[in-house]
Amino acid sequence: MSAGVTISPESDASADGRPVGPVRRARVAGAVVRRLHRLPGSVALSIGLLAVVLVLVVLAPLLQSAATAQDLLLGTTPAGTPGHLFGTDDLGRDVLRLSLAGTRSAVLGPVAIAIGSMLAGIVAGMVAGYLGGFWDTVISRSTDLVLAMPPILMAIVVGGIVGGGYWVTVGVLVVLFAPSDIRMIRAAVLQARNQPYIEATKVLGLPAWRVMSRHLLPNVMPVVMTNVFLNVAFAIVAMSSLSYLGLGVSPGAADWGRQLADGRSLLYLNPATAVVPGLLIIVVATATNLVGDWLADRLGVRSVA
Amino acid sequence: MGRTWRHPVVRFIVRRTAGTVVLLLGLSFIVFALLYLAPGDLTKNLLGNRRVSPEAIAAVREQYHLDDPFFLQYGRWLLAALHGDLGVSIRSGAGVWSMLVDRGGLTMALTMIAFVLAVGIGVPLGFLAARRRNTAVDRGVVGAALVGVSAPSFAVGLLLLYAFAVMLGWFPLYGVGDGLLDRLWHLALPAVALATGLGALVIKMTRTAVLAELEQDYVTFARARGLSGRTVSRLYLTNAAIPIVTSAGLMLAFLFGGTILVEVTFALPGIGLLLSESITFKDVPVVQAVTLLVALVIAGTSLLVDLAYLALDPRVRRTGVGA
Repeated sequence: MSAGVTISPESDASADGRPVGPVRRARVAGAVVRRLHRLPGSVALSIGLLAVVLVLVVLAPLLQSAATAQDLLLGTTPAGTPGHLFGTDDLGRDVLRLSLAGTRSAVLGPVAIAIGSMLAGIVAGMVAGYLGGFWDTVISRSTDLVLAMPPILMAIVVGGIVGGGYWVTVGVLVVLFAPSDIRMIRAAVLQARNQPYIEATKVLGLPAWRVMSRHLLPNVMPVVMTNVFLNVAFAIVAMSSLSYLGLGVSPGAADWGRQLADGRSLLYLNPATAVVPGLLIIVVATATNLVGDWLADRLGVRSVA
Repeated sequence: MGRTWRHPVVRFIVRRTAGTVVLLLGLSFIVFALLYLAPGDLTKNLLGNRRVSPEAIAAVREQYHLDDPFFLQYGRWLLAALHGDLGVSIRSGAGVWSMLVDRGGLTMALTMIAFVLAVGIGVPLGFLAARRRNTAVDRGVVGAALVGVSAPSFAVGLLLLYAFAVMLGWFPLYGVGDGLLDRLWHLALPAVALATGLGALVIKMTRTAVLAELEQDYVTFARARGLSGRTVSRLYLTNAAIPIVTSAGLMLAFLFGGTILVEVTFALPGIGLLLSESITFKDVPVVQAVTLLVALVIAGTSLLVDLAYLALDPRVRRTGVGA
């Protein structure tokens, strides 16, 4: 439920109000430095963090076997145990290594969800917004049906009923995330379709698919970009909620939600089992949201919570 | 008679009620169909993995009409539900109505406390941020709201449990407590965990709404006329309240999504915990009843809110709410 976003006529970019510091006169890559300099510190930090997350996602398969290696003789040990900075969980797995390996499962699915639902949103939203009529009614009514329910609740109910593995759950969430994207793209298209440049395409007699793909799509791109980021953040929360309830991940897999669920009973023995992945979810989701909000500001997309 | 029907308010109520009925029908059908199509076998859930005679399996299938065609099964459920009979839980054998009544109180108390917390803290903070726009205060509040929106309720809940129950020992770890005060004490951490996300959302909404009003001409005009700051702020606060009040249904929906996770985290035997236990068991009557109950509460709330809106704003009364 992170945000509904619409295009606003005037950009909000200057509303940020951060004074732009003195520009460093670096000769080499001066332009890059200047551009980075203009980034607010929090945004730069978030982008750096997301870059680290990306590296971890790529490297995760290498960490996997070491991270999920169980040591039942060792069992739960508190943080600071030699060789285990944050201790081990009830199966003797190193909490830090498990958390780092869990990045993949925490982020990969949400990225797929955000992109998948946005693709559906672009197609259905443009058809509903531009063609209108019968298709608009059908598409809008079905999105209303899904949006009438709390998204997390629907994700749990549908994900729980359908069952199945990680990617089945991702598929279910794509279906549940798509309606808000459809609505957003439709609204953006409705605003754009009465602009002179779209009317000109009608005068030229261009076919509808060409108007949509060549003329409407580039103009709803700001909405698309911003919402992909905001949806990734929300999908991280949704996916980890499901895995926290034991849905969508196999037992023993490296996954933050799963770790939190296991950590529930270890709050006295080794609280780090829950605290480390819990903080990771919050930090990564916050960083993604922050970059999304900043993009919305820069691209002149106004976000209404 | 004819005149009454043509009255916009009456037409609005009729249309919305009809919409809600369609929504409930559609939702019940989807959930029923999903449960029907989903992999997993109810007989296995009931009888366990031990070896059972084919007769026993046949008896179970017979008892729950599992061999009937899909539409017959759905029709049977629907007909009973329309007569107020929600059936019995497959898992526990108890009546679904009595289960809902037993567990509803706790969930209602939890969501109400969380709602009051979120609005009571979110609205003043959002107002403050808007008034002090682009200052350190504003940035601090907006940053906190961003973290709050991003934090899943169960992660917040576990962090709260660790900090305030395990480390400091101020609050109980699990359980619901006896008596009113003890119960409030037990519900404090879960309510805060549940309220975090909504509170952050309320901050963002309030800030956006107040900022939008501050840009309006009437505010500039009122200031130019030399009205006192108090009078001016009363003017725009009333207007800024409209989008916040009208999204009460959305807020409730948000809380219901989180309540499952919070109840699981704090082992609170409410509706959410019931739902999470029933889904994995394929306990169709319970899942159906809980889903529809939530949908009904949300739809009912937004209808009431829209009616209040109708009563408050004469312009809307003439032209109708929404599209």
